[in-house]
Amino acid sequence: MSVKTLEIDGKAIAIEEGATILQAAKENGISIPTLCHLDGVSDVGACRLCLVEMEGSNKLLPACVTEVAEGMILHTKTPKLQNYQRMTVELLFAEGNHVCAVCVANGNCELQDMAITVGMDHSRFPYRFPDRPVDVSHEQFGIDHNRCILCTRCVRVCDEIEGAHVWDIAQRGEHCFIVSGLHQPWGEVDACTSCGKCVDACPTGAIFRKGSTTGEKERDRAKLEFLVTAREKRQWTR
Amino acid sequence: MDLANLIDVATAEQMRQKPLRVNCCTSTGCRAARSLEVMQNLEAAVEAEGLTDRVEVVGVGCMGFCGLGPLVQVEPSATLYDESHRSTALVEDLFYEGVKPAEATSIIGALNGGVTTALKGDLQHPFFARQKKVVREYSGRIDPERIEEYIAVGGYRALYKALFEMTPEEVVAEITKSGLRGRGGGGYPTGLKWATVAKMPAGQKYVICNGDEGDPGAFMDRSVLESDPHLILEGMAIAGYAVGANHGFIYVRAEYPLAIQRLQKAIQQAKKYGLLGTQIFDSHWDFKIDIRIGAGAFVCGEETALIQSVEGGRGNPRPRPPYPAQSGLWQCPTLINNVETFGNITPIVRNGSDWYAGIGTEKSKGTKIFALTGKIRNNGLIEVPMGITLREIVEEMGGGVPDGTVKAVQTGGPSGGCIPATLLDTPVAYDSLVEIGSMMGSGGMVVMDESTSMVEVAHFYMEFCREESCGKCIPCRAGTVQLHELLTRFLKKQATKADLEKLESLCQMVKETSLCGLGMSAPNPVLSTLRYFHEEYEALLQAPIYAVPAYAVPD
Repeated sequence: MSVKTLEIDGKAIAIEEGATILQAAKENGISIPTLCHLDGVSDVGACRLCLVEMEGSNKLLPACVTEVAEGMILHTKTPKLQNYQRMTVELLFAEGNHVCAVCVANGNCELQDMAITVGMDHSRFPYRFPDRPVDVSHEQFGIDHNRCILCTRCVRVCDEIEGAHVWDIAQRGEHCFIVSGLHQPWGEVDACTSCGKCVDACPTGAIFRKGSTTGEKERDRAKLEFLVTAREKRQWTR
Repeated sequence: MDLANLIDVATAEQMRQKPLRVNCCTSTGCRAARSLEVMQNLEAAVEAEGLTDRVEVVGVGCMGFCGLGPLVQVEPSATLYDESHRSTALVEDLFYEGVKPAEATSIIGALNGGVTTALKGDLQHPFFARQKKVVREYSGRIDPERIEEYIAVGGYRALYKALFEMTPEEVVAEITKSGLRGRGGGGYPTGLKWATVAKMPAGQKYVICNGDEGDPGAFMDRSVLESDPHLILEGMAIAGYAVGANHGFIYVRAEYPLAIQRLQKAIQQAKKYGLLGTQIFDSHWDFKIDIRIGAGAFVCGEETALIQSVEGGRGNPRPRPPYPAQSGLWQCPTLINNVETFGNITPIVRNGSDWYAGIGTEKSKGTKIFALTGKIRNNGLIEVPMGITLREIVEEMGGGVPDGTVKAVQTGGPSGGCIPATLLDTPVAYDSLVEIGSMMGSGGMVVMDESTSMVEVAHFYMEFCREESCGKCIPCRAGTVQLHELLTRFLKKQATKADLEKLESLCQMVKETSLCGLGMSAPNPVLSTLRYFHEEYEALLQAPIYAVPAYAVPD
């Protein structure tokens, strides 16, 4: 096995041939933002957040799919890249209907984290407010297309790991959406094994477990009574 | 089939042909103007005039002057094989434009000494005279549905030459030496591409012909496929031999039914003669060609998306490298070239690379076909040597703008840019067009006059890219939407100075960060109009709501 040496953000790095720039950076504690990348499934190079600059090239390279080469001198945090990363996240927020306050993934969302990472506190682009549906026909899970960023992680885990290929992309451009089965309600797709891998892969709150959404929150009102009794009467019974 | 058989077929066909050919265009453009009726009437008139022994009506491909179809040309058949017969021909070339079905009879009558009311065209006009036909040499002169006519004008001789007189390495070297560059728009050196595929380890390899011509206003590839399908088949077969592939695919968009029909016919005929399929020319070499039909996505013209589509998947581009030359169709090394590029192969092998390298400029060799459209007198297809200036094309060949002046020329379709009239003296070559912010593109050339708003033009192309984005990467999917909306604000006069800055920065971002060529080039029409027609954008900014107060400078 041969080894390649390169430089990322001024740090000299040696890594085995065939590794990607992203792997090389990660191994050496250099963070590169990603959204469509997911360890364990193939890379598609679609979110364009992991673009890096290489000296001697006027093209930006996607770190997740570019293999390391001998003598590369790479920069991951130039003002240009940071500006583009921020714009990318702005475009994502403007494209869908991302309302953190009512989202199941609030506080545990990779898109939200990414906004903080790239320093995006508002979008300079007007929000598109698209009209997108929610599919809760599946027994255990639901998909809210409003929160989908089309990273296709669900498509890839379902196809490559579970082998069911329930998900795919329908339409094109701004009209793209994640389609289940042959454009059926998710609950009617026979191929779905209800394994839940797509839920775990989804970076946002688009695919979720039922019973965990803000709208479906079940309240335990008896608890309040219990607390009042406990406080007033010193009786810890329910 | 061996060489002697091939020559026999050619001779038999030459003997069969009657001295005079009345060529009637049967390509899509002229068909729409009722050329099939014209042809029927021509045939009936030949019968009626008793000229069947010396006159033959031939349904041919595109003659180029599509703006004034249907076109009919009378040509002595001897000149097809030897130009020197032109001087001793029985009649001078007669060329008729805009022929109505009713006029067909009189055209034949004129051959018998009568008079015709049909509009006579001028073949000495710069539109024709300035052309240099390499790919389109026999377009509009032979019947695309009969392989014998193609063989009679020397068809499949280049394939024979490659197979029996050259090694695959020599063929690649010949193409490299010719200086041919990809005609699909990018201008990548064809020889280098061929050498890469050829050098990959032996095994399954493929050749793909990209006929997914999608630029608005461009119809060069359609015309070549409709007019001379065997030229492309022969070019592909030579490519297959050179790179070591035994299977080729032609990817044609579904919107070109006539091209598909003629290709199917051509493939069948070539197979029947043993010129395609197994044991070509009785050698041990096989090469088969299949047709794949596109399903209406512009992005499938991008090579990696096209490959996905041929495989039966969704036509989405994927990041390169690996390039198709290393890992393409079904992960096999794949040579993918544009229709026009393959159209150049046969002439290069037949006439030699030195002949080809003698045409054009130092870095851009050969000829290029353009679809000249827009506000211009002479619409149609032209094949011109590289290095000709835009002014010669637009003003001399195209005849300029009817009652007006040229404002800009758009080349390269949605990926190209608008070239202002002040830069019309730029030579047409890959590098010179990129330098001025446009590109050669596949060959669309739209001429605009003073009445055209450049912001509207940019808006139109952005709408096109917005609709045609595949949606895989964010900058192209969401960026083109925002760019289109921003341009709409300009057209509604609602844009502010901040919008202008946003437009510029978003263009740059989409250009630099998109995954494939569609996204990378989508902002080009905006960037080039911003560069040359900035004042038009400024003129569309909204009026200030309040008058700007004149502050007194404090002491």
